[in-house]
Amino acid sequence: MNIAQVFTQTLKQSGKKLVVLLPFSWLLVFFLIPFLIVLQISFSESRIAQPPFTDLTSFVDDVYTISLNLFNYIDLYEYDLYLSGYISSVKIAFTATTLCLLIGYPIAYAIAKLPPHTRNLALMLVILPSWTSFLIRIYAWIGILKQNGLINNALMGLGVIEQPLEILHTPIAVYIGIVYAYLPFMVLPIYTNLVKHDSSLLEAAADLGARPIGSFFKITLPLSVSGIVAGSMLVFIPSVGEFVIPELLGGPDTLMIGKLLWSEFFNARNWPGASAVAVVMLLLLILPITIFQRYQAKDLEEQANEH
Amino acid sequence: MSTNKTNKLSWAILLGGFAFLYLPIFILIVYSFNESRLVTVWAGFSTKWYGELFEDEQMMSAVWMSLKIAFLSASAAVALGTLAAIALVRSGAFKGKTLFTGMITAPLVMPEVITGLSLLLLFVTMSQVLGWPEGRGSLTIWIAHTTFNMAYVAVVVSARLRELDRRLEEAAMDLGANKFQVFIYITLPIVAPALLAGWLLAFTLSLDDLVIASFVSGPGSTTLPMVVFSSVRLGVSPKINALATLLVLAVAMAAFIAWWFMRRNELQRQKEIRSAFSQ
Repeated sequence: MNIAQVFTQTLKQSGKKLVVLLPFSWLLVFFLIPFLIVLQISFSESRIAQPPFTDLTSFVDDVYTISLNLFNYIDLYEYDLYLSGYISSVKIAFTATTLCLLIGYPIAYAIAKLPPHTRNLALMLVILPSWTSFLIRIYAWIGILKQNGLINNALMGLGVIEQPLEILHTPIAVYIGIVYAYLPFMVLPIYTNLVKHDSSLLEAAADLGARPIGSFFKITLPLSVSGIVAGSMLVFIPSVGEFVIPELLGGPDTLMIGKLLWSEFFNARNWPGASAVAVVMLLLLILPITIFQRYQAKDLEEQANEH
Repeated sequence: MSTNKTNKLSWAILLGGFAFLYLPIFILIVYSFNESRLVTVWAGFSTKWYGELFEDEQMMSAVWMSLKIAFLSASAAVALGTLAAIALVRSGAFKGKTLFTGMITAPLVMPEVITGLSLLLLFVTMSQVLGWPEGRGSLTIWIAHTTFNMAYVAVVVSARLRELDRRLEEAAMDLGANKFQVFIYITLPIVAPALLAGWLLAFTLSLDDLVIASFVSGPGSTTLPMVVFSSVRLGVSPKINALATLLVLAVAMAAFIAWWFMRRNELQRQKEIRSAFSQ
């Protein structure tokens, strides 16, 4: 038995239990169990009381009954608002993710091509804006996009347009907001992937007569799929449930499910209804989240094997 | 395509990308010094909005509330997140590891409205069943922030732990160090930069959170993003620009200090390597 084995053995015996148990139980109580409660409350009825929902279980005359009511889900199906809210959220998130990929990939590629010394500086410059407030960066776009905002003033001053363009309070403003806020999350995983590529592959392709464009599509792009998937999921999943961006930049007709959940909870004070909205949103996101986790796990394994 | 042309293209992409990322922030800063209330019309240089910002008592008390919660939740998240990272990287297989890994990566992408709602319902149910927590306020915000922050810390720290050359720890043990000494003198200094990075990340994420805090806060516990949001909803205000400028300044300074320390460490290391070889 070598030292490392002895070390892990002792670790296993004494520290391991606590090391695993503490974070595990914290996440169990404050991350996993809350979802079960959301599921439970989505089957209850809204009422005007504290708390504003009914109990599912009752104990009357020695009979223990559990009543699940599906009205919250039937409501979701029957009101067009919710159905179209889900569809348009997915559409908006998908379009914004595609735009983010089209802008983020070239940036990640250009950074990976830089000499190693400047690479870290460029990467830091990409991340730095996300360390300032998200809310304030979205707010910045209101002044730029609104009717008498900077873009309209500039374009009208130059005589390009006569009427101000309507950008704020349209889906275009929401796209701009999502791309702006989430761009670093696209660039980072793609860069991490690209920078690991073995440049001798490209040299070999060039020796064999491939043109740079050809070897990009045949070698670099296929090798960077895992970075693309990770980045796209990091943008797509939170975008579907985004609240701040559609609230501040979108208009009344920019339906997004995060906004609907918010108003169901804070304005209508319908907690069971909001819970049902959340459960359906989560069901919608289970597939993307699983894909993200699978790639994340694969990536972690690769890292572990390298060392 | 010649290399020269490719280089030019990549520089153009980078410049365009950075312009997109930084121009809005730059504009925000410029207009914080605008005399006029209209954020888009320039009416002369003034610092009056900074004065008004500091006189805004609601805003200032929200700043303190946010800083306090951010400090406490970042610290708790570093403790729990580091344990989680050790569990992930060092503990081998254990029962429920897949579930554990899933619970660590899921908060990174979970839409905030879902996290916020689910935590609120948990707190309501807990106070009904257990009588704790009584009401909602800074304690519940702290718990919520610690929960999503520990996931970020765990990811940052586990990446560093995986890179750690375990031969260093083995060498220390060969030389007679015990487990505790190895952790304090070898492991901790090596992962320290990741702990610091994780703490700073957690601090800024907590300072920035609007959605989750809105769900789990109670009367009397208004955080800075909540005040900013209700003000921004009513339209643009130069006071928010002034606040944004101060925030950008703080982040830029922190980034510069971090860069300076990293550079100093790197130079120091190179010097040590050189002197080791020359001996």
